[in-house]
Amino acid sequence: MEFDISEEQELLQGMVRQLVENECPLARVREIFEGDSGHDPELWKSLIEVGLAGTAIPEEFGGAGLELLDLALVSETLGNGALPGPFFGHSLAGLAVLLGGSDEQKKTWLPRLAMGDAIGSVAFAEEGSSWQPEEWTLQANGTLSGAKKHVPYGSIADLIVVGTADGGLALVERSGGGVETEPVDGADRTRRLDDLIFDGAHCEILPDGQRASGRVRDAGLILLAADAYGGAARCLEMAVDYANTRQQFGVTIGHFQGIKHQLANMAIRVDPVRFLCWYAAHAFDKIPDESERTAALTKAHATSVFMQTARDTVEAHGGIGFTWECDVQILFKRAMFDRAFLGAPAVHRERAAVLAGW
Amino acid sequence: MDLSYGEEYEEFRREVQAFLAESWPPRGDEAQLPQNEQIDRFRERGVEAGYLSRSIPRKYGGSEQEADSSKAAVIGEEFRRAGAPMDLLGGGVSLLVPTLLERGEEWQKEKFIKPTIRGHIRWCQGYSEPGSGSDLASLQTKGELVGDEWLINGQKIWTTGAQFADYCFCLVRTEPEQPKHAGISYLLIDMHQPGVEVRPLKQMTGNSGFNEVFFTDARTPRDWIVGKRGEGWLVSRTTLKHERSGLINVGQATSQLPALVDLARRSTRNGRPAIEDPEIRQKLAEVEGFMLANEYSLRYRATKDIKGQDPGRIQLMAKLIRSDIGQEVAKLGMELIGDDGLLAGGAASEMGRPDGPQDNGAWVTTYMGSLAGAIAAGSSNIQRNIIGERGLGLPRDAAAQRGK
Ligand SMILES: Cc1cc2nc3c(=O)[nH]c(=O)nc-3n(C[C@H](O)[C@H](O)[C@H](O)COP(=O)(O)OP(=O)(O)OC[C@H]3O[C@@H](n4cnc5c(N)ncnc54)[C@H](O)[C@@H]3O)c2cc1C
Repeated sequence: MEFDISEEQELLQGMVRQLVENECPLARVREIFEGDSGHDPELWKSLIEVGLAGTAIPEEFGGAGLELLDLALVSETLGNGALPGPFFGHSLAGLAVLLGGSDEQKKTWLPRLAMGDAIGSVAFAEEGSSWQPEEWTLQANGTLSGAKKHVPYGSIADLIVVGTADGGLALVERSGGGVETEPVDGADRTRRLDDLIFDGAHCEILPDGQRASGRVRDAGLILLAADAYGGAARCLEMAVDYANTRQQFGVTIGHFQGIKHQLANMAIRVDPVRFLCWYAAHAFDKIPDESERTAALTKAHATSVFMQTARDTVEAHGGIGFTWECDVQILFKRAMFDRAFLGAPAVHRERAAVLAGW
Repeated sequence: MDLSYGEEYEEFRREVQAFLAESWPPRGDEAQLPQNEQIDRFRERGVEAGYLSRSIPRKYGGSEQEADSSKAAVIGEEFRRAGAPMDLLGGGVSLLVPTLLERGEEWQKEKFIKPTIRGHIRWCQGYSEPGSGSDLASLQTKGELVGDEWLINGQKIWTTGAQFADYCFCLVRTEPEQPKHAGISYLLIDMHQPGVEVRPLKQMTGNSGFNEVFFTDARTPRDWIVGKRGEGWLVSRTTLKHERSGLINVGQATSQLPALVDLARRSTRNGRPAIEDPEIRQKLAEVEGFMLANEYSLRYRATKDIKGQDPGRIQLMAKLIRSDIGQEVAKLGMELIGDDGLLAGGAASEMGRPDGPQDNGAWVTTYMGSLAGAIAAGSSNIQRNIIGERGLGLPRDAAAQRGK
């Protein structure tokens, strides 16, 4: 038994960390955050160049052929840098095609997604926080009509994987017409959302969609949890840095035990989440019996911890922490996204309860 | 990353099962022996077979096995399933023995280790004093070398199990002219002598787990010292190294969950089974999230230890995480027992960790007992200082600096 990531995985994370530091330090994150589209094609290109757009897509389709654990490690690192852009939705769309698509669909789409020739996204949510496959209502019979909410980068995505009635999945090419997008005024400006209205849009059903949709949801939960761990760790680091620089009463505020203990309490919640996320991702890859429930618990736990850590980090910064100027707000809003997207913690804790037979 | 045991370990599991089928519960004549005798014989065989006292050298009564957390996990699972006696816990085995292994004289190891791990002699830990708790290094119990003996005078307090102990491993001030930390020695003291008086203290749970211990010209031989004179503080810290015997109990961090779920199933809340109550379901799942995160932190740590790599600051957090979760479990238990929360309580694990279903009275005791984890062996605030300073790199506590 060995519970640790491999040397290759450490190298992967190191490479991604370097990329984030070089291409998109927080100052650049802020520019994109403030910008209109929330998307920087140059930055996206640099991710594509190192193969991240196809991290979990098999090599035969031009991807890196890695597993969800690797994808989660990438998400963790991107989350740590609050990296803006379509990575999350794009990765899920690729997994949906891979797990639910026909050979033909895989051949058509996976190489394009892996090479970054197409941006993918997922349209799951419907009115009333209906994120789960069993809650989807859109009928897909060659064409698709109806509304989907909170679609990541719905207005720039080329390929949209839509959740349909009976927990199925369908592919819609945005350029095919019949898709209207309405930007959502979202809090997290590093991951933009659009509401979509399909009006007779041409669609293709994924033949194994019903079997895949739960798995795709679970993968999404794990990637959000990993992003949340990365973000929470960044918050903690910011709070510690601030405590070691800001002076009051003639000393750095880290001298005050009140601050020290708040930071220690944050740390004991944040640090273990890393290992929980690894486990959830590993279970997705290797322990199918435990995977669904673990994904639910992990998403609920990791995103709750991130949210609370972001709140504590604002507090630890005093007045400056409460400003738009302070970068903590960017992390705070990522925490809001991670927490609510695919369903709030309470939703997944209840699912975990049901799955345990409680 | 590989959480499966693999064929090698399944083979090992079959060996352990065969051993247990043969040895526990005892059969024939042996089944007629008094229980402690049965357990003693079983432990002897468990050591011979390489399943017990795995981190302790053969010559001191252990089975000297290579650290292997998978094997340890398999042994734990199978022994628990069979209800067989495991390695003893408690201060003697978990604190003194590792310290002796690291710093003891050869004769000390030979004399003390085997009977300690077999439970033939029992120890208490004489560290805390009325005036020295968190600031342990301020301790005042005096040790004076008179001829070939140390003469010990002073008082210890909160000494768990002193009323049953044969010996005490004790921190004593032997070099009064030295600065605080440098004036302490680590002495071993026979509790069965006229100079030692033990007075049990009644705990809030109603039980008497800990005691006051008075030393009045108590004696111990000159060479019953571990490490050199004045090194006692350092000697008492060496213990930590030995925790890394790869004996992390897989599943230990989630072991309290079944007890809670059991309680929720048989309790009523708002007129229906508590397990159906949305708030309870949320709380159970929330607590489980913390437990799972801790479980995998421990497994990571065990993996790093076995590879001889530094697990990093997560290792500083284990105690606080564990006692925090223990308190959450206890509070949820209290929530579930309803009106039985008016009652005085009943027998339960003193440190408040229910590892299996227990009755409502025991949950009351758990509710109180879980606080012990936040106080004993370095209070939660002291843990936060350690995490903040050594883990996060924040400045040292001003008061602690001055006391240096
Ligand atoms: C059930 C139980 C069993 C025990 N068994 C043993 C035993 O077998 N042998 C033994 O030697 N001892 C034993 N102890 C004693 C235990 O180690 C001490 O109680 C503990 O170290 C705290 O010391 P104290 O009680 O003097 O509290 P104090 O040190 O007086 O602490 C009181 C409060 O002040 C806080 N505090 C103190 N210093 C600081 C600081 N620097 N920063 C922030 N907060 C601070 C503490 O966190 C605590 O909340 C046991 C205790 C309990 C509860």
